[in-house]
Amino acid sequence: MDVNKNGYIFAFSAILVIVVGAALAFTAESLKPMQKENVRLEKMQNILATVKIESTPEEAKEKFDKYIVEQKLLNSEGVVTDFPNLTAFDIDAVKEYKTMAAEDRHYPLFVFEDGGERKYIVPLAGKGLWGPIWGYVAFNGDMNTVYGSTFDHKTETPGLGAEISETWFQERFIGKTIFNESGEFVSVDVVKGGTDVEGQDHLVDGISGGTITSKGVGEMMERTLNVYVPYFKGNLKAAL
Amino acid sequence: MSETAEATQEVAVEPKEPLFSTKNKRLLSDPLNDDNPITIQVLGICSALAITVQVKPSFVMAVSVLFVMIGANLIVSWMRNLIPSRVRIIVQLVIVAALVILVDQFLKAFLYDVSKQLSVFVGLIITNCIIMGRLEAFALGNKAWPSFLDAIGNAAGYGWILIAVAVVREFFGSGKLWGFQLIPQSFYDFGYADNGLMILPPMALITVGIIIWVQRSRNTKLIEEN
Repeated sequence: MDVNKNGYIFAFSAILVIVVGAALAFTAESLKPMQKENVRLEKMQNILATVKIESTPEEAKEKFDKYIVEQKLLNSEGVVTDFPNLTAFDIDAVKEYKTMAAEDRHYPLFVFEDGGERKYIVPLAGKGLWGPIWGYVAFNGDMNTVYGSTFDHKTETPGLGAEISETWFQERFIGKTIFNESGEFVSVDVVKGGTDVEGQDHLVDGISGGTITSKGVGEMMERTLNVYVPYFKGNLKAAL
Repeated sequence: MSETAEATQEVAVEPKEPLFSTKNKRLLSDPLNDDNPITIQVLGICSALAITVQVKPSFVMAVSVLFVMIGANLIVSWMRNLIPSRVRIIVQLVIVAALVILVDQFLKAFLYDVSKQLSVFVGLIITNCIIMGRLEAFALGNKAWPSFLDAIGNAAGYGWILIAVAVVREFFGSGKLWGFQLIPQSFYDFGYADNGLMILPPMALITVGIIIWVQRSRNTKLIEEN
């Protein structure tokens, strides 16, 4: 058989493409539920890690249901709103950050409770040097002091910007406050790596060589938390 | 990316040749040293630069490349008499791309942690010149068994260079290996500092260059006559 005839080439290419396409579509479709579940479990793990609850993928769901006692959705004005058919957990902050205008986005809030003590967990989304970065930040009951944080990224440079997903960087946020003494919102900013931030309540030392990613973390905190300010303030007044 | 077009190697396989004949053994051992894809053929340099900052991703990358190479070499070798030569490159590309997507999907479903660690680099296996190079130079002209050995040999030759470079870069760049701190804090207290340049891509090129230098000075076969 002459394999270099035009007819054969067309037939061969068509069959190859159909076979490969079908095989890939089949694998992707059959693995999709598992992949989605992995993503959901990872999200639960991340939210829990923010409040220092370690969990394996297997126990993530159980622990999540136990500790996260309330899920709220805020609109862009910082008012708790009911959105039909939407729960806080379903909101993909990264996707909304990329595709929706700031005033259309939903702002989830997870309330964690352990032994009567409440922590408030806020999801963040922003951009690093190469692609999206995201994370969660948890506040103490005073809605001011950072209790813990987790960050992650899609394509930041390994060893540089990608270090935002490491504990040593995330621990630098603990104990920082987002309101200054007169109660104004100042957020927590990330400054160029190597800066002395000893005793600074609103500054975090960035990653040397990962300045743009570090700045991205600071920017997404400032922008996102700003939306929650009315809610935090209102809640504090109600508590007084 | 420099790519040396290599003439198709014909390995004459006797009908009843033993599975591990001298020739077949050389298919496994040559790429480790005398015919290393990275240091001698200078293929696959892109990924050697991109992912060798740390040892762990380099290792997983090497394993993934091993899988894709074995799969692609076998499939192309089985189909070698059916593939029209005029469209062979695109056919090879489709096969490699399909395998890479399979790896990526399986990692995402069953080894989610590893898949996250490698992120975009899994997809970049498609562009690894070594894979296309071996398909073009070997699998198209040889039976399945030698192609299988050739795939293992070349993936191993690629993998060990990758890991060697990653060891140097991670150790001197961040004082760690496989994520574990090796250089004790007391060294840092005495004023030792990690070499920041090691983390950047140019140092990978320099490290590969040093490996080539050492290899050429030790291996007399590689010294060219002028």
